[in-house]
Amino acid sequence: MNHSESTVSKQKARRRREGLRSALTYLFLSVWAVVVLFPFYWMILTSFKSYGAYNGEHTPVFFTLSPTLENYVNAFTAVPLGGYLLNTLIFSLITTAVMVVVSTLAAYAFARMRFRGKNLVFGLFLSMMMIPTELVVITNFVTITDLGLRNSFLGLILPSITSVFYIYLLKENFEQVPDELYKAAKVDGTSDLKYLWKVMIPICRPTLVTITILKLIECWNSYVWPRLITDDPAYFLVSNGIQEIRENGFGRENIPAMMAAVVVISVPLILLFLAFRKKIMEGVSRGGTKG
Amino acid sequence: MDRNSKKAWLYLLPSLLLLGAFLIYPLLDVLIYSVEECYNFASQTYEGLGLYNYAYVLHDPYFLQAVENTFVLVIITVPISTILALLISTALSSIRPLRQLYQTIYFLPYVTNTLAVGLVFMVLFQRTEYTDGLINLMLSWFGAGPIDFINGPHWAKMFVLCFYTIWVVLPFKILVLTSALASVNEEYYQAARVDGTSKTRIFFRITLPMISPMIVYLVITGFIGAFKAYSDAVALFGTDLNAAGMNTIVGYVYDMLYGDSGGYPSYASAAAILLFVIVLTITCINLLVTRKRPTD
Repeated sequence: MNHSESTVSKQKARRRREGLRSALTYLFLSVWAVVVLFPFYWMILTSFKSYGAYNGEHTPVFFTLSPTLENYVNAFTAVPLGGYLLNTLIFSLITTAVMVVVSTLAAYAFARMRFRGKNLVFGLFLSMMMIPTELVVITNFVTITDLGLRNSFLGLILPSITSVFYIYLLKENFEQVPDELYKAAKVDGTSDLKYLWKVMIPICRPTLVTITILKLIECWNSYVWPRLITDDPAYFLVSNGIQEIRENGFGRENIPAMMAAVVVISVPLILLFLAFRKKIMEGVSRGGTKG
Repeated sequence: MDRNSKKAWLYLLPSLLLLGAFLIYPLLDVLIYSVEECYNFASQTYEGLGLYNYAYVLHDPYFLQAVENTFVLVIITVPISTILALLISTALSSIRPLRQLYQTIYFLPYVTNTLAVGLVFMVLFQRTEYTDGLINLMLSWFGAGPIDFINGPHWAKMFVLCFYTIWVVLPFKILVLTSALASVNEEYYQAARVDGTSKTRIFFRITLPMISPMIVYLVITGFIGAFKAYSDAVALFGTDLNAAGMNTIVGYVYDMLYGDSGGYPSYASAAAILLFVIVLTITCINLLVTRKRPTD
């Protein structure tokens, strides 16, 4: 290296400036990371404080020296949190499973089959993506009430199944599977259903996994529809359950126990997220919005 | 060919039935509801057709309060969250070590239950007889007096709602902008660096124009999402939002439909259609404004 003195010192100054810049960048990013993480820290911390200790703190304390599991016991015994969790699990699994089957069939019809009016119907499907839920929820509420399906899983699940966006996503993916495979299968006399099951689904598994997880998250967090359609706590999902706990929960303002319930509700999704981080983030950036 | 056609319709049947029953029929029905005057939920009868429901809603002080709250929320959160997301994702794409970790952390609010985590925010901001709460402790470090953010003055409640909303919507925006930034062709930057262009200039002259379609997308979806705010408010202030003076338009629709003040699907329909008209208008304005820019 035969740089002259001045360029070396200039380079040093530039490197120092770069260093300062990246230090500031990290500082800024860390501040926001703290803002994001702090509520989680606070809920976990509070959930381990005993009722007496928490209410004795006039000034909030940032740590606890005597963690207790009493709040978690309370959350499962004093209020039916276990029931809420079970309901949510049943609701999420059935809704997601039916959604995947229904959407796969529809996407396959759009991607592979030939029928009259296909483009027209698909255009109609796409335009349905623009219908806001707030508009249709009113009639759905009346429909489900008239059918006598309030406080039932059927009433919870039926209007929650369809998702035009996922049909669209799957159709796009199915269309990428080469047509030759389909023709070869047809020559062999393979039925459409068998072809779908043996060829299409295995090839498109990544997209299927993505929409399954996104739908599970959506179901786990759904609040509005369950609130409208259930008033019997035996059918509450976690979102309504936590609201019920807040409003007439433990018979007294028991914040540590409430936080324990919040932790129990949040953990399953956080674990799911950490396990499928890449898939979830990729799927969301392709067109999910938190609605 | 005809047999094939039949089979295709068979594959489509389940989704068509569900969409028809729970999306298309309700869409038409809500229009009918909104013009049926004096609709009685129990006997399912009405007395006439007209615009009375709209007039009622537009004169309801609760609705006007809800509209005001929603507009304030939209005007504050959409610009702040978009700019913050832009800053964070720009910072994020300029670093290499720890980037994945930060990205994972920032995405966490997306996968959490809005109702549940809202309670944590309530606890942090609330002032009770036992304690002033954590946020007030922090305020006291700066000599600011204790404020009850949950049951106190309206502006304080609005502040918490805006803060929580931004916290909730940022993950999506950061994610979208980070992937937009990653897709900007590296050659543009190399060319600019050879020319000795400053970092600020690179940002405003290359990065921003390249990702502007994504920003437009985020602003539009941000407006739509913020106009539909509801569960964040419930999480912080409980289900009786009218009493707290913190109702939103969507909250008004649901309150009219069900609950202690419910049983009026016609009013709910009229309010929902008004909301839809507002959102549609704002979206069109957004599209017009952004359509103009590239030609300058």
